[in-house]
Amino acid sequence: MEQEGRKLTIQILRFNPQLEGDTPRMVSYEITEAPGMTIFIALNEIREKHDSSVQFDFICRAGICGSCAMIINGTPDLACRTLTSKFKDGQIKLLPLPGFKLIGDLSVDSGTFMRHMNERIEGWIHDIKADEVDFNKLEERMDPDVAEEIYELERCVECGCCISACATKRMKDGFLGAVGFMKLARYALDPRDKRSDSDFYEIVGDDNGVFGCMSLLGCEDYCPKDLPHQTQIAYLRRKMLSVK
Amino acid sequence: MKVIYTDSLVIGGGLAGLRVAIASKKRGFDTIVLSLMPAKRSHSAAAQGGMQASLGASVKGDGDDENVHFEDTIKGSDWGADQDVARMFVNTAPKAIRELSSWGVPWSRVRKGDRQVVINAEKVTITEKDEAHGLITARDFGGTKKWRTCYTSDGTGHTMLYAVDNKAIELDIPVHERKEAIALIHDDGACKGAIVRDLVTGELIAYVSKTTTVATGGYGRIYSVSTNAIICEGIGAAIALETGVAPLGNMEAVQFHPTAIVPVGILTTEGCRGDGGLLLDKDGYRFMPDYEPDKKELASRDVVSRRMTEHMRKGKGSPSRYGDHLWLDIRLLGKEHINKNLREVKEICEYFLGIDPVNELIPVRPTQHYSMGGVRTKSNGESPELRGLFSVGEAACWDMHGFNRLGGNSVAETVVAGMIVGEYVADYCENTSVNIETSVLEKFLKKEEDKITELLERETGENVFELKEAMQETMMTNVGIFRNGDDLQTAVDTLKDLLKRSKNICLKNKIRSSNPELVEAIRVPKMIKLAITVAYGALLRTESRGAHSREDFPERNDKEWLKRTLTYWRNESDDLPEVKYEDLDIMKMEMPPASRGYGVDNTIHHPDTEKRVAEVEEILKANPDADRHEIQNLLMPIEIPEKFRGQNERVGRGFK
Ligand SMILES: Cc1cc2nc3c(=O)[nH]c(=O)nc-3n(C[C@H](O)[C@H](O)[C@H](O)COP(=O)(O)OP(=O)(O)OC[C@H]3O[C@@H](n4cnc5c(N)ncnc54)[C@H](O)[C@@H]3O)c2cc1C
Repeated sequence: MEQEGRKLTIQILRFNPQLEGDTPRMVSYEITEAPGMTIFIALNEIREKHDSSVQFDFICRAGICGSCAMIINGTPDLACRTLTSKFKDGQIKLLPLPGFKLIGDLSVDSGTFMRHMNERIEGWIHDIKADEVDFNKLEERMDPDVAEEIYELERCVECGCCISACATKRMKDGFLGAVGFMKLARYALDPRDKRSDSDFYEIVGDDNGVFGCMSLLGCEDYCPKDLPHQTQIAYLRRKMLSVK
Repeated sequence: MKVIYTDSLVIGGGLAGLRVAIASKKRGFDTIVLSLMPAKRSHSAAAQGGMQASLGASVKGDGDDENVHFEDTIKGSDWGADQDVARMFVNTAPKAIRELSSWGVPWSRVRKGDRQVVINAEKVTITEKDEAHGLITARDFGGTKKWRTCYTSDGTGHTMLYAVDNKAIELDIPVHERKEAIALIHDDGACKGAIVRDLVTGELIAYVSKTTTVATGGYGRIYSVSTNAIICEGIGAAIALETGVAPLGNMEAVQFHPTAIVPVGILTTEGCRGDGGLLLDKDGYRFMPDYEPDKKELASRDVVSRRMTEHMRKGKGSPSRYGDHLWLDIRLLGKEHINKNLREVKEICEYFLGIDPVNELIPVRPTQHYSMGGVRTKSNGESPELRGLFSVGEAACWDMHGFNRLGGNSVAETVVAGMIVGEYVADYCENTSVNIETSVLEKFLKKEEDKITELLERETGENVFELKEAMQETMMTNVGIFRNGDDLQTAVDTLKDLLKRSKNICLKNKIRSSNPELVEAIRVPKMIKLAITVAYGALLRTESRGAHSREDFPERNDKEWLKRTLTYWRNESDDLPEVKYEDLDIMKMEMPPASRGYGVDNTIHHPDTEKRVAEVEEILKANPDADRHEIQNLLMPIEIPEKFRGQNERVGRGFK
């Protein structure tokens, strides 16, 4: 509470590709910090009181939907749940998440990327009998532990932090990235998905898949949901090696 | 003029919209979903508690079935619900959850044997049956007789939305992201699509379709603080209203949740109080026992919200930069309990408040949470007055919730309504062809284009952010938990003035493409109209029912008010909607009105109630051998698509 009224300097990388002739530049805004202020609140104050053209994306503003990932003082993170009080010198520098198409300022198009990723890994239950299931009858049973394990891997919110922090992805555009591996591991674990290891091999059995990962751990370090990326990549690798 | 043709246009990529899209696509119709953002980021992802479906697999759900679920839902609605719809809903919910299971939702499962749970603040051991092992389990929730709320750990909405969106991807259904429907195209009493603004390029596109389904979620953000995502601004309902033809239903029915954190309004679960947490005022005083000596902090959701508000009005709230609030105290539960059983609350406190609830108090305030009102539909999901316009999910007033919805019934509604209404949407696609004159399309497109041009060219005028804030504050102050004639009149007058001012918005940022201020300028006048329908509907409804609580008319008045509010915005130049009422026919109800079972019953009854109660008794007496399905059919036959008519199996009970 003692920090009430402190001045914050928020620097934002401004660039609107929709405007002809616009060029990227850092712009500084000064606002007064309030108790409990998050970057979500700060950015809205900037938009409402200083510059109504600043672009950024927030939806749930509760760390659940994954839309507000950006680079905050050098680190990818969810802006909605980052408190300004975390930055002792009151200096906050915001950049859009790299690795995605820029829409403008802090807003990037992660949606198209994630849709393609899901199409590529066919991120859904594969079961040719699924359409014949009679939903009036008791559902197929599942071990309670397995259900919990699947949920632990399904907590990914497709925010894109892992992609932005991935050195392999930067060098190899076709690299699937941790978000895709995590999803595949999730389906590989799910007894309802009838795909075999060789089916998964088709998807990730090459250098753009699990064998391309250089294990630099960016995904694991910056995942806002603390998902066990490296363990899952290692698991998929072992699985794929057994196919060969 | 850019025109995109499709059969089934779905506005909204949340659970409800996606499920409708899947239904029409599966029936072979070209389908497009529009969304402000990637579908997986829709507000549906935020639901944590769970989904109600009467599977009865857990031992605490023993004896549960469609009838019990129906009773809970109707009582919860304070008899404001459409009973036909509630019936369709409870009968289909078990099928919906099983379908989701086959699509990949990792529902938490029953584990056979003993486990410890907390009931009534005491540790109790319950024993799950062997034969239920591995089936979908359920937890306890407010207002339900049985443990019926199925869940996935703490991420129910997330896992449901991901499974449904992945199904849509499998079926190759295109989701056009960052597109906002800003007007409906209609002609000759039928809806023919929507005028859509690309939020990146600013381009206006006419989507022409056989059916148009509004699945845009709730309108929580007409209030200054809401647990809803910030995109829950009700634009889908507003564009339906602006047709001048389609009515909205029960807009005054707005639910408040007691404990959202201040200032951001993020929800902390009812479990905090369920486990023994207390509510304190600015002096650290526990005030709830003074108001509700019996149930204290654990009185029902609407009651607690009312008491908290009352107490703050007496000056007992703790002042802050963000307004007065009260405190939630869970310190007494101890570190171990909090870290283990309230992990998520702890994380919210850490991230958003920078506090540790093990040692510190949580600032909370009752907060707008759910919109029972919305686009009025018939039981098939279609607008009663505009053909080809359908609506589902929180955006709709399909009306299974009446004046108060039960926790867990909302995500359930989205998928159940999606299944049922989706079939009717497909039927409609089958039986119609689109024909629309280019000149009509041009007229609708030009109207929106002109409005935007006018906004961009205006040199002086109103600040859109100020107008929005004023609207939200007015709603918060005058159309909140407690309502009275004077405040509601103030709200209506203020909003009328704001509506007038909103016709004179001037932008600082005059760019036609991606421009957040322009987005606001398009939305805010629509939101003010919605706010007026809420405030005006509340002013006219001189009774208290469910979440609509009038201090000056405290009794539920079935005699005069057992009816649904319908609002129409006939002309662009009007400053108030036209309001009509639709009677709920007691003589057709499976469950005639009675007491809800909270506090003193001061209901003013309708003369039909007694008649119908006698009639129901007679039917029961005349059919002593009928099973519950036959009885239900005798009391209130319902229409439901063929494929959802089967009876539901339960463990240890079969299809009975
Ligand atoms: C914090 C919280 C917790 C909750 N927990 C539970 C729970 O445990 N159980 C339960 O049953 N219910 C719960 N609810 C309620 C429930 O989550 C919602 O009612 C439900 O998810 C709404 O789903 P929907 O599909 O109708 O709308 P949404 O999920 O809100 O989706 C709306 C869609 O419409 C799109 N859209 C909006 N406007 C436009 C436009 N103009 N043009 C184009 N697209 C548009 C959006 O992009 C979005 O895709 C909770 C609600 C909150 C706020």
